[in-house]
Amino acid sequence: MDKIRYLIIGNSVAAVNCVEAIRGYDTTNDITIVSDEEPFNYSRPLLSYYLGGRITQERLPFVNRDFYEKHRVNLILGKRAERLDVSKKEVLLTDSTLLSCDRCLISVGGVPIVPPIEGFHDNIEGIFTFLKLKETKNLIDYIKRETIKDVVVLGGGLIGLKVVEGLVERGIKPTVIELMDRILANTFDKEASSIIEERLSQGGCKVIKEDTIQGIETKGGKISSIFLRSGKELTTSLLIIAVGVRPNLELVKGTPIRVDRGILVDRFMRTNIEDVYAAGDCAQGIDFLSKTNAVIAIWPVAARQGRTAGLNMSGITTEYPGLFAMNSVQIIDIPTISFGITNPPEEEGYEVLKRQDKTKGAYKKIVLKDSRVVGIILLNCIERAGVYGMLIREEIDVQDFKDQLLGDDFGLLVLPKDFRKHLVEGRGIVV
Amino acid sequence: MVKKRIVINEEYCMGCRVCEVYCVTQHSASKNILKAYKGEYPRPASAIVFEQKGHISFALQCRNCEEPPCVEACLTGAMYLDEEKGYVLHNRDKCVGCWMCIMVCPFGVIKPDLENKVVASKCDLCIEAEYPACVAHCPNEAIKLVEIDG
Ligand SMILES: Cc1cc2nc3c(=O)[nH]c(=O)nc-3n(C[C@H](O)[C@H](O)[C@H](O)COP(=O)(O)OP(=O)(O)OC[C@H]3O[C@@H](n4cnc5c(N)ncnc54)[C@H](O)[C@@H]3O)c2cc1C
Ligand code: SF4
Ligand code: SF4
Repeated sequence: MDKIRYLIIGNSVAAVNCVEAIRGYDTTNDITIVSDEEPFNYSRPLLSYYLGGRITQERLPFVNRDFYEKHRVNLILGKRAERLDVSKKEVLLTDSTLLSCDRCLISVGGVPIVPPIEGFHDNIEGIFTFLKLKETKNLIDYIKRETIKDVVVLGGGLIGLKVVEGLVERGIKPTVIELMDRILANTFDKEASSIIEERLSQGGCKVIKEDTIQGIETKGGKISSIFLRSGKELTTSLLIIAVGVRPNLELVKGTPIRVDRGILVDRFMRTNIEDVYAAGDCAQGIDFLSKTNAVIAIWPVAARQGRTAGLNMSGITTEYPGLFAMNSVQIIDIPTISFGITNPPEEEGYEVLKRQDKTKGAYKKIVLKDSRVVGIILLNCIERAGVYGMLIREEIDVQDFKDQLLGDDFGLLVLPKDFRKHLVEGRGIVV
Repeated sequence: MVKKRIVINEEYCMGCRVCEVYCVTQHSASKNILKAYKGEYPRPASAIVFEQKGHISFALQCRNCEEPPCVEACLTGAMYLDEEKGYVLHNRDKCVGCWMCIMVCPFGVIKPDLENKVVASKCDLCIEAEYPACVAHCPNEAIKLVEIDG
């Protein structure tokens, strides 16, 4: 076989899983990773824990220091892939280095969404987005250096609330501004959102809904106040824009690689261009539930897509099974986990089961379609969460034990015995 | 490579929950059943999820999945596959209690310590002992250790 040169652009979870997959079958060919960030590795979701002071910088990597060496990866850090020439299979880096490759993975992640704000420009101090380690460090320095009062977080979605989680651990009680009529509108339903909103306000945070920032005012180059669409004005010394991320399409712009919201990939993580693959937050692959291509910007999806890409790149034909949206967020002291379609449109044949236990502060919601579980919300009762996820993935008909799904003792016992036995069997073992 | 796996059989389980007691003991500081239950604080959580309804019961622990979703989803590398033994193990020092592993474990066998925000227990097949404690003490062979070719 001719030598294959693998090139991975971006060095995060999709990249690491791609490397592991390739090295499982191909121990000899060259793998190069290019990243525009400096650290050898870090876990992006840990940034909010770092902000909160729960972990130090040493704990940010999710692989050991020798990972790249052990997997014989040529790791190029602090350089951007500026241009991609898919016909020549060449990538031009910031410092004019030209890399050629035979198979390429694009795993460049997302870019923060910044809504248009009057008076906004890059040189105002005290405004941050929340996606990269470098800006998180700057944010922490800023908090330590300045007298911080009246912090505003724009965006009450997952990232916004992760930021709130971090700030609260630091003893800062921010005001959250959310465009929708409730926070976590994409992943939660009305009840769950209102429980969380209540907890936030008990914890001293403010939530302003159905509003957004229209303009800002500065004093001495620093942010001093913001103006809301509703006409309100808030003084603030720190604004964190955490509306969300969208796929980073900069590198593929101007190439024949097909995009929609993200880079379109088939079940093998291939783009429309031969030998060019994409995975993670920049990719738009199959969604298990809708069966259409969707961007699901979460860690487990990036990991699985990266792995699938790596297998296919090394010649092991493997189909991506399609995952679905899921997340785990803790808000102050309420752990929450949600899966899939949590807030189904009325009609259209969805069935909803729910139970709120006020004494325990627990809330459980299950969404069914055609007797299959398609969505879950768990607040303060996350212990067996994965079993619900399994019901979604395995498309189990739950008609016969529907009444037991909400119970505190929900577990494998409610499943039909045959299926349970099949499930607990290890490979090669008959129970 | 030969891998060890714990196999359970619900038909043999009598619901005595002895396995849980020995699991806790094995993972306690003293490894002594009386001390573990009387004197130790915090007492470790058992890595067994015990389920019972009517006359059916079983004691479930980590199945050591072939392609462990908990490892794939872990944000920190705290949950990892020990290549040598072929077990999925948990490193408490790295864990931040993000509950991604709990979200994806299809068996629901990872227990959270919500207060300290760290995984409280995850079966380690008693790597420090010769034999898993639950297997050794189950009076009815409802929990067995088998070897499979991996
Ligand atoms: C604050 C925060 C909290 C989160 N919490 C969770 C959570 O709890 N659970 C969860 O499932 N998900 C969470 N996520 C989402 C999760 O981090 C992402 O899904 C995951 O990191 C995506 O991985 P990826 O491999 O696609 O690439 P990314 O992690 O997005 O990294 C892409 C990398 O490519 C680099 N890059 C971009 N362009 C170029 C270029 N041209 N040349 C070279 N390098 C380039 C970028 O600098 C970056 O380092 C969180 C995200 C954030 C921001
Ligand atoms: S903890 Fe759960 S997901 Fe992880 S290996 Fe064990 S059974 Fe599988
Ligand atoms: S709770 Fe701990 S072990 Fe589980 S995914 Fe998070 S960091 Fe990993």
